[in-house]
Amino acid sequence: MSGNRETAVSLRAARHVAHPAAWWGWALLLATAAGRTANPWLLLLIVAVAGLVVTWCRGDEPWSGAYRVFLFIGLSAIAVRMAFYMVFGGSDGPTVLFSLPSATLPAWAAGFRLGGDVTAEGALAAAYDGLRLATLLVCVGAANALASPRRLLRSVPAALYEVSVAVVVALSVAPQLVASVGRVRRARALRGNTSRSPANLMRTVVSPVLHDALDRSLALAAAMASRGYGRAAGIPAPARRATGASLLIGLLGLCAGAYALLSAATPAPLAWAAVACGAAVAVFGIAFASKRVPHTRYRPDRFGARDWAIVASGAAAVAGTILSGVFEPAALWPATNPLSVPELPMWAAGGILLATAPALLAPSSRGGTP
Amino acid sequence: MNPDGIAFEHVTFAYAGTPVLDDVSFDLPEGEFCLLVGPTGAGKSTLLKAVNGLVPHFTGGTMAGRITVAGRDVHGSTPADLADLVGYVGQDPLAGFVTDEVERELAYTAEQLGVDPAAMRKRVTEIVDLLGLADVRDRDLAALSSGQRQRVAIGAALVAGPAALVLDEPTSALDPTAADEVLSTLHRLVHDLGVTVLLAEHRLERVAQYADSALLLNGGKVTAGSVGQILAASPIAPPVVELGRLAGWPGPPVTIREARRHAAPLREALAGRHPAPPAAPSAHEPSRRKSPPTESGPPLLEARAVTVDYPGGVRAVNGADLTAARCERIALMGRNGSGKSSLLWALQGTGKRSGGTVTIGGDDPATRKPAERRTLAGLVPAEPADLLYAETVAAECEGADRDGRVPAGTCAKILDDLVEGIDGGTHPRDLSEGQRLALALAVTLTAAPPLLLLDEPTRGLDYPGKAALASRLGRLAAAGHCVVVSTHDVEFCAEFASRVVILSDGEVVADGPARQIVAASPMFSPQVAKVLPGWLTVDEVAEALGGNGLDDAEGGTDDDARA
Repeated sequence: MSGNRETAVSLRAARHVAHPAAWWGWALLLATAAGRTANPWLLLLIVAVAGLVVTWCRGDEPWSGAYRVFLFIGLSAIAVRMAFYMVFGGSDGPTVLFSLPSATLPAWAAGFRLGGDVTAEGALAAAYDGLRLATLLVCVGAANALASPRRLLRSVPAALYEVSVAVVVALSVAPQLVASVGRVRRARALRGNTSRSPANLMRTVVSPVLHDALDRSLALAAAMASRGYGRAAGIPAPARRATGASLLIGLLGLCAGAYALLSAATPAPLAWAAVACGAAVAVFGIAFASKRVPHTRYRPDRFGARDWAIVASGAAAVAGTILSGVFEPAALWPATNPLSVPELPMWAAGGILLATAPALLAPSSRGGTP
Repeated sequence: MNPDGIAFEHVTFAYAGTPVLDDVSFDLPEGEFCLLVGPTGAGKSTLLKAVNGLVPHFTGGTMAGRITVAGRDVHGSTPADLADLVGYVGQDPLAGFVTDEVERELAYTAEQLGVDPAAMRKRVTEIVDLLGLADVRDRDLAALSSGQRQRVAIGAALVAGPAALVLDEPTSALDPTAADEVLSTLHRLVHDLGVTVLLAEHRLERVAQYADSALLLNGGKVTAGSVGQILAASPIAPPVVELGRLAGWPGPPVTIREARRHAAPLREALAGRHPAPPAAPSAHEPSRRKSPPTESGPPLLEARAVTVDYPGGVRAVNGADLTAARCERIALMGRNGSGKSSLLWALQGTGKRSGGTVTIGGDDPATRKPAERRTLAGLVPAEPADLLYAETVAAECEGADRDGRVPAGTCAKILDDLVEGIDGGTHPRDLSEGQRLALALAVTLTAAPPLLLLDEPTRGLDYPGKAALASRLGRLAAAGHCVVVSTHDVEFCAEFASRVVILSDGEVVADGPARQIVAASPMFSPQVAKVLPGWLTVDEVAEALGGNGLDDAEGGTDDDARA
C-alpha cells in the first residue's frame, strides 16, 4: 500500500507545475527560433534543450511520452526530405556522391527531372532543411509532453462554442495518440507481428492508433458537451452567426498571413499586416462572444510570475536569433556550396541556452529521472 | 402525463437506414429509479443518449417523436444546452474527465453554466458530502480507485442540479464492492434529491434490487413495468430470477432476500442431492466429462514469485505463484487494481515482469520472440478490438493465418467452430461485443497456444453472451487447453471456473476449487449460492432436479403460494 500512497503524493506535487499555456508559449517560441535558422548546431542545440527540459519537468501522465514519439516523427521527416532530394533533385554542387538513373518529364509536366546526380552539397542542404522541420516537430512534441491537455482544455475560452468539438479534438488528439501507441504495439506483439515493413506498420500500428485516438477524442468531446462545454443556450442567432463569421475570417486571415510570411514573393509588411488583421478579427470574435456566454471560474489557473519567466526564457531564444541575424547573418544560414563546417552563432546559442531555464524553474517531482 | 420526469412520446430513431428505436413511448415519474434492460446491441445506449441530445447531435441519424425532461422539450437543443437539465454518466469515467483534480472536475459543469463562484463553492461542498468524497476532495483523479472515480463522475453530472440523471453501464468496469458503493450512493440520491434516474446495465444481479421500475428494450420496442414483471418476461434476467422461473416462485423475486423467503421447499427438494461432477459443467455441454486430469498430468504453467513493478514505486504483482495444468478452467478474481491484468500480461511474456520465473511447457515465454511466444500462450486483451485491424472479418482471418504461418482457412474454421453465422464481409467494428470477442479469440487460437489467457472478457456481454462464452471456453479446456480468465464477474465465474484464484494487492490470497473458494467469500459468491448454499448456477440446480425433482419443487411452490 505504501507504493500507492507515494504515487498519490507525487501526483499531488506534480500538479503545481507551470500553466499549460506557458509551456505552449515556450515551445512555440523555441520553434520560432528554429524556424529562423538552418544552422545544424543551433537546431541540434534546440532539440537538446527541449529534451533536457522535458526530462526534468514532465510528469508521469500518459502523454508525457510525446517527446519521444515526436522525435521519431522528426527523424522520419529528415528521411522523407532526403528521399525527396534524391528523387526530385534540388540545389546542386560539384561534389557528386553517386548518380541515379535520371529521366526528364515532358514539358507538359513542367519538365521535372527525376533522379540524376546526388551531390554532397545538395544532400547537406536537404539534411539542414529536414533537420529544421524535425526541430519544429520536436518543439511541438515537447509542448505536448509538458502541458497537461486537460488543464489546457479547461483554459480554452467558452466562447468557442461554434467550434467546440473541433477544439477538443484538436487539443486532445496528440496526447491520446501517444497513449494509444503503447496499447496498440503491445496488442501487435500478441499477434506475433514484428514485421517492420512500412506498409505493415501503416496497417497494423498507424491506422489503429489514429482510429483509437480519434475515437477517444470524440468521446471526450461528447462528455464535455454533456457537461455544458460549448453552450450557446440563450444567445440570439444573429450574435452566434457574427461570432462564427469573425472567427472564420480571423483564421483565414491568420492562414493567409502565415503563408505570405513563409513565401518570399510577398513583401514582409503586407504579410505582417495580414497576420495582425487576422489575429485582431479572431480576438474580437472571441471577446465579443465571451461577453454573452455566462461562464465562471471555480479556482482560476493563475498565470504567475514563474509562468511569465518560462515564456520569457523561450523569448530569449528568439531574441538570440534576431541578434545573430543582425551581427552574424552568415552563420544563421550556413552555405553548403562550397562544403564547410558551419560556425556556431554566439548570440543565438546563448539565447537558446537561456531557454533551459524552465528545467530549474519548474522541475517535476520525478527529480529528473528519465 | 407526469410533467417532472422523463417522457418519450412515439420516439423513432433510425441510423443509416437501420431502425434502432421504433415508436418508443414511456413516462417516468419524478424521482423514479428506472432500470433499462435489453440484450447487447438492442439500442440501450442510443435511448439513453437521446435523453440529453447526444443522439442525434453526436451520432447523426433521423429522429422523430417528442422527448421531454421535466416538461422541457429536448428537440433542437444540443447536449451542452441541456447540461442543466440532464446529467450523463458513461461507462468509463476516465475517458470523460476534463480536468485532473476532484474538486475542479466537480465544478466544471457549474463553471460552464456560469454559476456564481460563491454559490459554486457551496454546491461543490454539498456534492462532496452527498457522494462521500470528503476524504479525496483535493486529490488527483488519477490517484482515485475506480469506484471513487465513478462517484466523482456522478457528482460532476449532479452539480448543475439536473432533473434527470442518465447512466450507461456505470458499474460494468467495477468490482462487486466498488459497484455496491456506486449503486447505494445512487439509491440515496434518488431519495435525497428527487432526481429521476435512468440506468442501463448488463449485470442485473447488481442493480435489480435498487430499481423501482424497469424498461425492456428489445427489437426497438419498449415495454414498461415493475422490475419483477419486466425481468420475468425478459430474455435477459439475473440468476435469481431464472431460479424463480425454474421453481415457479410468484413474482418472481428480484432480490436475494425475497428469494430466500421462497427457497425452503426448493432446499428440501435438493436435500441429499449434489451438483453434478465435475464442478459446474455448463448447460450447453451436457455431456458428463470425466474429472479433468488436474492432479495427474505435469503442470503446463509454472509461475514462481512473479513480481511486476511500474515506475513510481508501484508494485502491481507481488510474488504471485501459480501452477496450472491442461484442461483447467481458472478464474483469476480480485478487486480493481489487484494486479490481475499485470499478472496475465506477465504470464504471457509480452507484459513486464520484474522478478520471478514463468515457464510454459518448460519454456520461458519472455525470452522468446513474439511469434513463438504466442504459440505458448495466447492473450485476449481487455479491449479485444486491439487485436483486430483488418477491414473485414475474412481479411482478419487471412491475416491471422499469415501471422501464424498456418494453412489458409485455419482461423476461419476456428471462428466457425466458436460462433456460426458471422458474415465474412462485416467490418470487425460492426460486430456485436460477443462476436468481436469470438473473432479475437479465433485469431489468438490460430497459433494453437496450450495456455489461453483472457483479460476481463465479459464486459459488454449480456447473460446469453456470457453463457455462450463460458461454454466455448469449457469446450476449449476439454480439448486440452488451459484457460485462465481474469474477471470480477461472479456469475460468469460460477458458470465457467473449475478453480478460482483470488488476488489482493498483487498477492495470491486464495487458490482452490471454485465451489469452496466462492462459497467462502460473500463478495465473490454468486446469487444462487446465496439462496441455495452449495449450489452455484441455475443450470446445475435444474440438472439435479431433472425429472421428478422439478415436480417436488413445483409442488412445494404451490403450497407456498397457497399459504
